[in-house]
Amino acid sequence: MEITSFLPPDIIRMIVSAVVIISFVFLNAMVMTYAERKLAGHFQRRPGPMEVGSHGLLQVIVDGLKLIGKQLILPKDVDRPLFRLAPLLAFIPVVLPFIVIPFSEKLQVADLNIGLIFILAISSLNGMAVLIAGWSSNNKYSLFGALRSVAQNIAYEIPILLVVLTVALMANTFSLKGLVEAQSGMWFILLQPVAFIIYFIAGLAETNRAPFDLSEAESELTAGFHTEYSGMGFSLFFLGEYANMFVVCSIATILFLGGWHGIPLPFLEYTGVFWFLLKVYALLFVMIWCRWTYPRVRFDQLMNLAWKYLIPFSLVNFIITAIVLVIVKL
Amino acid sequence: MSGYFSEILTGGKSLLVGLGVTFKAMLQPVVTVQYPREKTDVTSSNYRGHIELVRNPETGSFKCIACGLCAKACPSECITVKSEKREGVKGKVLTVFQLDFTKCSLCGSCVEACNKGAIRFSQDYNIAGFTKEEFHYDLLKRLEEMG
Repeated sequence: MEITSFLPPDIIRMIVSAVVIISFVFLNAMVMTYAERKLAGHFQRRPGPMEVGSHGLLQVIVDGLKLIGKQLILPKDVDRPLFRLAPLLAFIPVVLPFIVIPFSEKLQVADLNIGLIFILAISSLNGMAVLIAGWSSNNKYSLFGALRSVAQNIAYEIPILLVVLTVALMANTFSLKGLVEAQSGMWFILLQPVAFIIYFIAGLAETNRAPFDLSEAESELTAGFHTEYSGMGFSLFFLGEYANMFVVCSIATILFLGGWHGIPLPFLEYTGVFWFLLKVYALLFVMIWCRWTYPRVRFDQLMNLAWKYLIPFSLVNFIITAIVLVIVKL
Repeated sequence: MSGYFSEILTGGKSLLVGLGVTFKAMLQPVVTVQYPREKTDVTSSNYRGHIELVRNPETGSFKCIACGLCAKACPSECITVKSEKREGVKGKVLTVFQLDFTKCSLCGSCVEACNKGAIRFSQDYNIAGFTKEEFHYDLLKRLEEMG
């Protein structure tokens, strides 16, 4: 009996993609944790993890097991349902964008015609998760971390939206596949270098990465919004952060770096994933590189950067692009 | 508005310079060692470990003449020097030289007071212990053990 006789192919497709996506998120978090710790070491001229396994390769697995084995502590006077909900809310929205990301021409779960808007809408839920976590923890550090994070996310979503809109204007589509196909001749980074820089800076802030990691600034707020979380509760925030970084970098790749385009390899429709991942991980490297280079900005500096520099520049860039496009079409 | 654009340029430039510095550091060899298994020697001659006796290269024994100046110079009285008279030997012979390192503040008065150059700072830094008594050093014994 064939499997399709009792399970419609759509459902099989759904299950397979869900499994593949979630395992990819976990795998990505493992690779990123290892890369982050190793690179952090070398930026500071240390070897990084070296003890567990050859060159510390098994360190990530051991850490993961430790986190799974830990007790889920529920501190006194926390808002129970919200406290438990927040890590899930931090994790699920960052997994959903993987549905629309085109890894190569054929490796994409669903090509929504509003893919870009879908990602932006879903990823702004992340701020909500942080706010819930900070509020329900009944801890001043958590609350301060959450407040900062929300203010930061609101400020930096505006330049991201403006920049994304600029690129969508050029490609005349919101479908991520369509955006990549529009770059088969020339990558948009060559036409929109300013937009790329603005997107990358705002992306750093959007993922709460250093130098914009005010919401979890160790020296002031212990660990910010996830101070009270232990075990898997903390790990879900952690996984969410790395998945979010991956999403932000893959959008950068799709919008500016030509997605899966590169030197053609055999089975082009599938092997484009190689170029895609190469570009995404190159951007992730830059993110890690920035983290271990710059000191954390002050809160007023953070807000100044968004409102006084990024937003005006992205607005002007948007208007100029619109005018040029109208003139070219005429 | 004055300085708005120049700030972007100078700021952006300094950010790029910063990235360059860390990138270069990443490519350079690591400078740390995996401590309990790998150890490095103290390379600075200014390093002050606990004091040790200096060997006389001619006799192969200690240089100390047991005058006790170091014990007198010590503000925390952590040095104990004992000696005896031996037949056929000129002067006193050192029999006990103990240092109570729990009291020592590494001020170096003993090293300064010694006019025979018989004590100096050692280069020991691996000196964690579980009891107070572990830090009562018998420096004479230590000199013998060092061969």
